[in-house]
Amino acid sequence: MSQKAIDIEQVETYKGDGFVAPEYNNTTVTEKISNIVLRSHTPWGLFLAVAVLLPVVGMLGISITWLVLIGTGIWGLNVPVGWGFAIINFVWWIGIGHAGTLISAILHLMRQDWRNSINRFAEAMTIFAVMCAGMFPLLHVGRPWLAYWLLPLPNTMSLWPQWRSPLVWDVFAVSTYFTVSLIFWYMGMIPDLGTLRDRAKHPIVARIFGVLSMGWRGASSHWARYEKAYLILAGLSTPLVLSVHSIVSLDFAVSLIPGWHTTVFPPYFVAGAIYAGFAMVLTLTIPVRKWFKLEGLITTRHLENMGKVTLATGFIVVYGYAMEMFISWYSASPYEGFMMWNRMTGQYGHIYWALIFCNAVSIQILWWKRARRSPVVLFTVSLIVGVGMWLERFVIVVTSLANDYMPSSWDYYAGTIWDWSLYIGTIGFFLFMMCLFIRFLPMIPMSEMKMVIPKHRKKDA
Amino acid sequence: MNHGPAQPELRGLIAEFENEEAIVAATQKTVDAGYHHIETYTPYPLDELLDIQHLHKNKVALVILIGGLTGCAVGFFMQYFASVIHYPINVGGRPLNSWPAFIPVMFECTVLFASFSALIGMMVMNKLPRPNHPLFDIERFRYATQDRFFLCIEAEDPYFEKDATRQFLEELNPHEVNEVEA
Repeated sequence: MSQKAIDIEQVETYKGDGFVAPEYNNTTVTEKISNIVLRSHTPWGLFLAVAVLLPVVGMLGISITWLVLIGTGIWGLNVPVGWGFAIINFVWWIGIGHAGTLISAILHLMRQDWRNSINRFAEAMTIFAVMCAGMFPLLHVGRPWLAYWLLPLPNTMSLWPQWRSPLVWDVFAVSTYFTVSLIFWYMGMIPDLGTLRDRAKHPIVARIFGVLSMGWRGASSHWARYEKAYLILAGLSTPLVLSVHSIVSLDFAVSLIPGWHTTVFPPYFVAGAIYAGFAMVLTLTIPVRKWFKLEGLITTRHLENMGKVTLATGFIVVYGYAMEMFISWYSASPYEGFMMWNRMTGQYGHIYWALIFCNAVSIQILWWKRARRSPVVLFTVSLIVGVGMWLERFVIVVTSLANDYMPSSWDYYAGTIWDWSLYIGTIGFFLFMMCLFIRFLPMIPMSEMKMVIPKHRKKDA
Repeated sequence: MNHGPAQPELRGLIAEFENEEAIVAATQKTVDAGYHHIETYTPYPLDELLDIQHLHKNKVALVILIGGLTGCAVGFFMQYFASVIHYPINVGGRPLNSWPAFIPVMFECTVLFASFSALIGMMVMNKLPRPNHPLFDIERFRYATQDRFFLCIEAEDPYFEKDATRQFLEELNPHEVNEVEA
């Protein structure tokens, strides 16, 4: 190719203010991204990550095996806290997944072109996060081999699911969400898989990508239908993502437990989900762009934008906290009032204040432009937010259950070692899957990047 | 005309261009010259080409709408059947067909069916999957998914005439013109 002679060194160390380094054009962007998949070179950071993560995935396997053998008694669950780590982790993981859909669907509908260099990555994150999320309710039912009872299947007792229950809605919402995310992710990848098929040197690799790309040829008549289908999928995913976390929050809100029975829950959960998810996107992209030298495609400008979204969604979450406090006082219900006071000063008070620090205080540094542009600061804040959102779910699930209406049934709940090993195991599984994804599939959409490079160039100039 | 068995049938002629501007200009000239059975191949969608080739109208949205409405109906009747027909349970005289409570599952089914219709409809209308295609026999066509732009005039076009069309394409200043065998 005539344009082959590019100055890769300069691309790697791009420190400019634009959305794309000036060295990137149709040729170089294709080369850069497809080489990550097709070249045999793997950065040492990825090897190290996999070496650390494999034992953690093994721990997940052991935790699940032991759970299936012994039962949910190995967890810290008991009366009155019947919803412990399993539900906390379920809500946390589903929430993390939501940022992927936000970035790929909602930002697409809003024509935020800069999302094109992070959407594939975020969508992959969605898929693996929902996988982790799905494990928890299935294991929490106690007999996971009977989990298919959740589905409306004809059976000898003529029993059907309770259609009026949010728990059944959840089954449909989460399974639909996973399926639709997978379709969206795969469809977005078809043109890129064609590129990989055409660039692969090894015939078997070319064959594999040839099958995966379905024989994509890039015909304009195909693109026209593809674009229409993609746009409508984005339009479908947008209300879907809002419905999923709203329904998750209804699992709580439909009950009569103090602290759960509030109307603020659906929007508050959705905002928290996007907040946690954006933090996770930052946590993952910052090391990956360094390992693969992608600073020219995922630029400081991208990080800055993600920092802004994190700050904005963080404030929506803080508003949710404020409304919870206000309504618990304004409702004049002694149980609601006690619940709030108990949250702040009771046996889990330290967790509440830790969550306020993580989710409300730590993000304030993002008001400063220098902080938003610093990968180190963003990475640190994103980790703190990830922890904070987990603590938030812990506070919601546990404080309301542990101290509800009747003091005689109060108790103290804490996770056991099996709770922790399963939770950490899913984190390991998630990161492990991400490592496989960035090595074997195009993590930045090449065709979509080529679409926006001229526009970026105009804006950057 | 009698072609010998050694001479494969011609499917069309394909010209390669180096950039967006070249392919758009060439396609415009081709359409102006009266060719209708043409196709362009690009690494990413080009709005100008969709305009020139009149490709903006397609039936994808309709298929997705039908899929979505089907999903909605399936979602409703699944719940209606279970709650009203097959196993009605009278709970304090509350209505069996409690449709407001059925909405979340109906919505999820709508989105699920519509998404499958989007993927499958797009594929079927594009006649994919088709792992092999005569175009893939052209050595340079693999750049169509990378950084080059191709314009193909198909042999079924009434104006198509092998030598004249080749001449026409050569005049558009392409990088290369190739024959596509059927």
